[in-house]
Amino acid sequence: MNPWIEKQRYIIDFTISSLLRRKVKNIGLLTLYTLIVFILASTMFFTYSIKKEAKMILQGSPEIVVQKIIAGRHDLFPVDHIDQIKAIRGVADVEGRLWGYYYDSLVQANYTVLTPSKPVDESASQARTTVVVDPNDPHAADVNKPLYDYDGTAPEAGGIVIGNGVARMREIGVGDFMPFMAFDGQIMNLKVVGTLSSQSELVSSDLILVNGDDFRKLFGIAPTFVTDVIVSVKNPSEVSMVAGKIKKKLHDSRPIIREEILRTYDSIFNWRGGMMIVVFSAAVLAFVIFAWDKASGLSAGERREIGILKAVGWETADVIQMKFWEGAMVSLTAFFTGVILAYIHVFFTGSAVFEPALKGWSALYPNFALTPFVNAEQLTTLFFLTVVPYTVATIVPTWRAATIDPDSAMRHTGE
Amino acid sequence: MRNSSLFFLSLTGQAIVLGLLLMHASLSETSRLSLLEHKTALVKNLRLTDLCLFTEARYTRHLSQADLNTAFQDHPLSLEHFPSGSFTQPSLENKAP
Repeated sequence: MNPWIEKQRYIIDFTISSLLRRKVKNIGLLTLYTLIVFILASTMFFTYSIKKEAKMILQGSPEIVVQKIIAGRHDLFPVDHIDQIKAIRGVADVEGRLWGYYYDSLVQANYTVLTPSKPVDESASQARTTVVVDPNDPHAADVNKPLYDYDGTAPEAGGIVIGNGVARMREIGVGDFMPFMAFDGQIMNLKVVGTLSSQSELVSSDLILVNGDDFRKLFGIAPTFVTDVIVSVKNPSEVSMVAGKIKKKLHDSRPIIREEILRTYDSIFNWRGGMMIVVFSAAVLAFVIFAWDKASGLSAGERREIGILKAVGWETADVIQMKFWEGAMVSLTAFFTGVILAYIHVFFTGSAVFEPALKGWSALYPNFALTPFVNAEQLTTLFFLTVVPYTVATIVPTWRAATIDPDSAMRHTGE
Repeated sequence: MRNSSLFFLSLTGQAIVLGLLLMHASLSETSRLSLLEHKTALVKNLRLTDLCLFTEARYTRHLSQADLNTAFQDHPLSLEHFPSGSFTQPSLENKAP
């Protein structure tokens, strides 16, 4: 074998024996180090994946949403304003939305009640899963089931389509009745005619889709009003300009463009990821101090060990190589273990450890599995944040200790 | 077995596990692409604007649609009711003039 490799292996053998002599301290360091990498990596994986998923999903959101604002609050949007928006050059279509919130005191949860406005695209309702079918399987017909059981058309009067989170919380399904208290105190019993799939919970967990007439009956909204309107624009590059024209024409309106919706989620998760780091920053700081002390401040025992090694003929370069391997071994082991555990935590257990802090606080949690978006940039950043500083920190003080006289080192002098 | 062999063996093992996990990430990304497309279609069909993440209040459920003064919307002196509200930022500035 190459003599250089053989020499390094002997140094590693010696380093491991040396580390094992101070077992408790080094295992403690390794555990803490792994925990820090785990927290950093989990936060990074979670925030990056949810940001990317949000960006992809919300590409389908409306180009412009126009709200009416009175005294800084949302107000119902008059239907006759729609024609004024339609008259703006560049506007392809304007349609009113009917949506609002309903508080269910039984389970103390808020639902989003929505009326689908127009029939959906043909392509969407044809959505099917592709699975190889076993002809002997009694459930083989299930593969032809759409990914979501709902094609987007408004339910008939008296019927509702509910999100999977609502179905789970209320333990109801198709055919069951759900009572609602209307604005005038009347009880409306609406029949569940469909459920939205569990795969779409990230966007639809709390949704209740109702017929337009039922919506107005439930909330007491006159036909001359809608909640807000959505505007589609002929030329995508003119979205911002059209929004400006709407604002100019209807002074009490607030146009929200799709780009803002996307940016909102991008910044939310930058913020949340940052908050997680802030929450754990005390732990990170404690580790940095501990690691710095361990790596840079050599103990008397270690100094004596270096003195003895030099006295028996080790070169300064050999001592530095030994300390390099020590740093590399601890940090590489912690890095790999931390990253592996973080991946399992985020993508297999649904971020069980810090799920409440990242997902929020409510009675109705959406149940969703994130798509694992992991790239080389994330791993490289983590590597340079964790492995490199620790390994470098071990070398500099060792170089200082290794250049002193062996006799002084062994006699505890020569500071 | 020598200590160095054990170390390199465990390092290789960890690298292989990480490699497999990255492969899992890449494969599931491809396989879940159609699911993401369907979610996008659902958002498009129902004209949705927000992810259903924090359902406790209207300004956390539909973050992008929230008032610009959400934190004090109930009363000028009211404190934040919901933890999510403390964690989330107010809506970003509207780019439209």
